[in-house]
Amino acid sequence: MAMDTEQQIPVTDTPFEIGGRTLRSRLILGTGGFKRLETLAEAIRATRAELVTIALRRIDPQARGSLTDVLDECGVELLPNTAGCFTARDAVVTAKLAREAFGTDWVKLEVIGDDRTLLPDAPELLLAAEELVADGFTVLPYTNDDPILARRLEDVGCAAVMPLGSPIGSGMGIRNPYNISLIVERANVPVILDAGVGTASDAALAMELGCDAVLCASAIARAHEPVAMAHAIRAAVEAGRLARGAGRIPRRLHAQASTPDEGLADLTPPVE
Amino acid sequence: MIFVNGEPRERAGATVAELLADLGIEASARGVAVAVDGEVVPRAEWGERRVNEGERVEALSAMQGG
Repeated sequence: MAMDTEQQIPVTDTPFEIGGRTLRSRLILGTGGFKRLETLAEAIRATRAELVTIALRRIDPQARGSLTDVLDECGVELLPNTAGCFTARDAVVTAKLAREAFGTDWVKLEVIGDDRTLLPDAPELLLAAEELVADGFTVLPYTNDDPILARRLEDVGCAAVMPLGSPIGSGMGIRNPYNISLIVERANVPVILDAGVGTASDAALAMELGCDAVLCASAIARAHEPVAMAHAIRAAVEAGRLARGAGRIPRRLHAQASTPDEGLADLTPPVE
Repeated sequence: MIFVNGEPRERAGATVAELLADLGIEASARGVAVAVDGEVVPRAEWGERRVNEGERVEALSAMQGG
């Protein structure tokens, strides 16, 4: 399959759509955890992301540099999150505040059950999703790797589902690839692997399992060399996407020779 | 007494726009949103909405995040 390294995506790939918006890049970047805005900007360029997440927090009069200016210069679209919300109500108000602040009705909906695991609170998540969809939001929920919950989120009108590979920031990769496959098999909206990516191979696996895109923050921001990791994960997403399209061979327990037996030389010495 | 981002302030009766100015934020600032007692105050109302005794103002802006 021909691939131009200067192209944003393999030449044979097709863009995908979320909520009517066409995206060419299958890597969405989380902006959390970058120590310097310059590094964040370089990482955005390396990932070639078109969409990046952003949060709302109390104004810090001491803050240096403008995050929104940096993101504007990079030419990316914003995906505000509701990180830190524990109830549907808080998440809904936060989404509305983000709509005011950033002029977008897109939201990465996070409703967290506890501080220790940061795992989604399923009933609150579903409640918030339903309310935000009714209010005209394009909702991208961060969800458990639960095929039934993913279906329920789609049923209430979410524009995508974003199952976790493992807890946020854990870098534990995809703990239940079978569930991710089940979600992909059933979904009629894009599936975006969110949370858990620790390194490039995790992102490749997500795409090989059939995810439409990967959302990644910590793996890049907290890497020893964030920009190098941004390149690596971008390449891995493309590799995984190509491999998914190419079709992996079935796994088998015993070996199957790749060199034919036919025409094998007879090298037995003569019998004395 | 009112509360702005958790800090007590003797500014009861001030408008949201005036409280933002206290924080060095202009009414035209991008990426800013305000809630009073857990309800969104749309930007168009910042000039009129007065914050009453005991109310809690949350003045928020863009932050890096997941």
